[in-house]
Amino acid sequence: MLTVLLAIGVLVLLSLIFGAILGYANVRFHVEGDPIVEQIDALLPQTQCGQCGHPGCRPYAEAIANGEAINHCPPGGQATIQALADLLDVEAIPLDGDHGTEAATKVAVIREDECIGCTKCIQACPVDAILGAAKQMHTVIADECTGCDLCVEPCPVDCIDMVEIGVTAKTWSWDKPQGIAANSLNIIATDRQTEVTH
Amino acid sequence: MQTPQIFSFHGGIHPEENKAQSLQLPLGRPRLPSELILPLGQHIGQSSRPLVKVGDHVLKGETIAINNGFLSSCLHAPTSGTITAIEERAIAHPSGLNDLCLILEPDGKEEWTTLNPLTEWQSNDKTDVLAYLAKMGIVGMGGAGFPTQVKLQGAHKNALKYFIVNAAECEPYITADDMLIREKTQELISGIEILQHLVNADQVVIGIEDNKPTAIASLNALLSEQNSPIQVAVVPTKYPSGGEKQLIQLLTGEEVPSGQYPADIGVLCQNVGTCVAVHDAIHYGKPLISRFTTLTGDALKAPQNVDVLLGTPVAHLLEYAESQHNNLHRLVMGGPMMGYTLDSAAVPIVKTSNCILAATKKELPPPAPEQACIRCGMCEQACPANLLPQQLLWFSKSQEHEKAEHYNLFDCIECGACSYVCPSSIPLVQYYRHTKSAIREAREANIKADLAKQRFEARKARQDAEAAEREAKRLARQKATPAKSTTSKAAPSPSKAAPTPAAPISDEAKKLKVDVVIGKTKLKKAQKLLLEAQENEHLEDIKTLQLQVTEQETQLALLEEQLSKLTPVAAPVQTTPSAQSKPAVNDELKKAKIDVALIGVKLKKLNKQLEETPDDQELKGKITNFEIDLKAAQATVDKLGSASTASTAPKAAISDDLKKLKIDTAIAKAAVKKVEKALQKAEEIQAPEVDAIRQQLKEAQQRADELEKALANPQSTDAKTVSTPAQNSPDADAEKKRKIDLAIAKAGIKKAEKNITLLKEQGKNDAEITASEWPKKLTEAQEKLAALEKESTPAITPKVEAAVPANADADKKRKIDLAIAKAGIKKAEKNIALLKEQGKNEAEITESEWPKKLAEAQEKLSALEATDGNTTQKATQELPESKTDSATNDLANKIKKQKIAAAKAQINKLTKRLDNEPEVADSIQQEIAATRQKQEDAEALLAQLTHSKETTQENH
Repeated sequence: MLTVLLAIGVLVLLSLIFGAILGYANVRFHVEGDPIVEQIDALLPQTQCGQCGHPGCRPYAEAIANGEAINHCPPGGQATIQALADLLDVEAIPLDGDHGTEAATKVAVIREDECIGCTKCIQACPVDAILGAAKQMHTVIADECTGCDLCVEPCPVDCIDMVEIGVTAKTWSWDKPQGIAANSLNIIATDRQTEVTH
Repeated sequence: MQTPQIFSFHGGIHPEENKAQSLQLPLGRPRLPSELILPLGQHIGQSSRPLVKVGDHVLKGETIAINNGFLSSCLHAPTSGTITAIEERAIAHPSGLNDLCLILEPDGKEEWTTLNPLTEWQSNDKTDVLAYLAKMGIVGMGGAGFPTQVKLQGAHKNALKYFIVNAAECEPYITADDMLIREKTQELISGIEILQHLVNADQVVIGIEDNKPTAIASLNALLSEQNSPIQVAVVPTKYPSGGEKQLIQLLTGEEVPSGQYPADIGVLCQNVGTCVAVHDAIHYGKPLISRFTTLTGDALKAPQNVDVLLGTPVAHLLEYAESQHNNLHRLVMGGPMMGYTLDSAAVPIVKTSNCILAATKKELPPPAPEQACIRCGMCEQACPANLLPQQLLWFSKSQEHEKAEHYNLFDCIECGACSYVCPSSIPLVQYYRHTKSAIREAREANIKADLAKQRFEARKARQDAEAAEREAKRLARQKATPAKSTTSKAAPSPSKAAPTPAAPISDEAKKLKVDVVIGKTKLKKAQKLLLEAQENEHLEDIKTLQLQVTEQETQLALLEEQLSKLTPVAAPVQTTPSAQSKPAVNDELKKAKIDVALIGVKLKKLNKQLEETPDDQELKGKITNFEIDLKAAQATVDKLGSASTASTAPKAAISDDLKKLKIDTAIAKAAVKKVEKALQKAEEIQAPEVDAIRQQLKEAQQRADELEKALANPQSTDAKTVSTPAQNSPDADAEKKRKIDLAIAKAGIKKAEKNITLLKEQGKNDAEITASEWPKKLTEAQEKLAALEKESTPAITPKVEAAVPANADADKKRKIDLAIAKAGIKKAEKNIALLKEQGKNEAEITESEWPKKLAEAQEKLSALEATDGNTTQKATQELPESKTDSATNDLANKIKKQKIAAAKAQINKLTKRLDNEPEVADSIQQEIAATRQKQEDAEALLAQLTHSKETTQENH
């Protein structure tokens, strides 16, 4: 009986000690916010387009941290899905078509002659990339535009176009080589597909 | 001249040189093409900004495009002619894309612009010389076209040990630098001297490959002849010894660390072409408008080096070199190792074009198909940058960018040695180039994403702040709306009496007044909260609230002080002292009274407890303590009450008296001024009242004099002020006292009412409420109030006929009374509504004192309004033609209008109530009738007033 009590006592004592250590550690090494959300947010393209169904990239990052699928971000495309899959150690799944398709980066351009200066697009722009004032012509700061598309819908005169950013000599990049040519497989004799006859 | 030590670098290859072909013919000078195409981006960095427009005629050497930011350079017209277009043209770029170009149509005159050589470059400031070189559009002519002045500026980062002139020219086929050295040895040495003067390096070394014996010989000859300290280091032929980092390693034995520049280890490298361009710029004032280019390849019948103007289309040069178009398989700009295929021969020569290779199919066969890597390791052996090309290939293929970067992908100079040696014909360099671009793009995307995130967050923060501000404003408005009614109830003196004087009130004063009102409301609210907290005994709350209250009190006092300062002339007739000193004393008094009440409540509670446990000694002790406290508090209340009375009457401390005297003096003076003004006006219009006004003026002056005397002689203030009774003082003092009493009584009523409601809220039944002392207190207070009001009403009547100030006072007083009466009505109504809400039946309501009170208050209101009307009328009759009076008229009009509006509102309210509660229809209808009556009266009065005002204006 005494042994049992002793054992219980020792275990209780141990649990108290470790509980205290854990409690202290929790206070001492407390991490503000959710670090995984930060990491996810850093991988998202920050277009703030809302195509994922969340009002901005960070809310989607939070949703991913809470278990939402990682394939709801069309602007990020497969590259973002891959990066998220690597980070979260899950399988990379193809982009969910319900949220849109991966498209080339675009930039909003206002046909300035037609702009009536209603400021509706300014209010819609999530990154303050549209410049203008009431009853004044508006224009898009192309460098700041994320191509999120959100300004197109509110425009009452449909004077905003989404224009694909063309490749210039400065932004051009080398193509990836084709890889091992198909016909080169035939160079080595053992590689050749031979009809095996029995 | 000593021979410098030669080191070696890892790797490298020995491709076929093929340099002899282009050296067969002497330097060629092709004739002017029909048009020159000048891309604005001739080098790395920002494109230049054009200075000319279409149709402009330019002279040879004229600046046609200017430096446009970091790493940008100037561009000059290579010949005289006309700018025919500024448009997108195919440029010499591996992408084959178009870019913005200036198109110059030569006029064939070769007319130079004025050249300004920098003859005193040795004495000039080095910065000026660098700026001059920038103006001359000089960029590195060996490879990337790095603006020379930027490179020279960067060279000053560390003490410069070596200035290396790169004449290695290791790439097969190219002989442009060789030819340049042979042709322009003197200019080259001169250019090197200028650059050495600018950078002041310990050693100047020309690095040249041993496959250029003629060039080496001419250099050595000239240098020994000039006894120059410049050394010539002949390095063995090996590709890519002409690479900047490789040449540095060859000549100094030092390696440029990964991710750093030669300047970081004290080395500056310049191409021979750049040195010659510097010489031309400094000594002849010639900008960079031409260069040496090798035209070579088996497809050319006459391969040679040419001195060619920038912008010359390649097609023109091919024609000059007798290209055989059917043999031409591949057109390459640059050498076979590092050059790129041109899609079109229309592209122009730019500052960095050192070779045009027109190759036949045999010469540059199409690349063999890529095969699997057999891990032979030859690429590693060939790599001059000590990299692991095979590893990099894996990472590039699998897009493991991070790992590729970790394996120093960015140290790859893309020399092509690895691809050259690869037995599997893997285009390794192309893989690296692709991966490099992908990494750069990812970096840029990251930067852009960060920026977007920042902007998004900034926008969100801004929107949140705006929303918070709106919310705060809304709350303030919400607070202000009930405050308006309270202020008109409790503090009508500043808000209502202020507009009385005719003098225009500045916006600032108006703003201050608003602030004062807001402050008062806040104070009142805080006090209310404090009271509640005290009643519920929340200690912490009490402390913070007390703090808030004091803070707001001081703020309010400050504001009022400002206001009084701002409107000393505008509001002199008002009883400023009462406005200033009364609230302060009142507040203190109120606080003291609250204390008394609090202690009383506590005492009562304890008494109750004592009843339950009559033997509790502790309780008894507490009770006695509280009784003592109560007595003390009561004493303070009494003292304060007398003090507040005393502060208005000239009996208290001398300082108070002094203040009071000063104020009185100021008032009197202002009154004098005012009367003077009125007199002037009256004289102007020759009114019959002039005499009366004169009399008034005299009196006012007399009073002002007396007051001043009293002020000068403060010891005898007592007697003097008492002996200055004349017209105003006693009346005013008595009135003030009455007002204070009134305020006290009012506060008492308020308190009692509040307590009753509180009790009700606490769920006490009526019996308990009646049992408590509050209803009794309430009635007492009401009685007192009524008595006081009665007292003050007759006091007004004689004063109406008195001088203008007295008149104003009476006016104000009446208004206060009116406001009080109105507030009383409102209160009674509210209470009735409250009772109804609480589900009390009709009988109970009728039984409670409220309906009665309501009726009383309404009666009083109508009585007051009647007097108000009378007095206003009287006032109107008194000085019908003076301006002051018309202002009063306006005010009266306004008041009347407001009253009408109020009556209308009341009618509306009552009608609504009638709809809701048909059971009390009779009484409500009666009320409506009464109010209608009132409204009609008021409207009639208003009409009368307006009429009289019009007549006044007509008289004017």
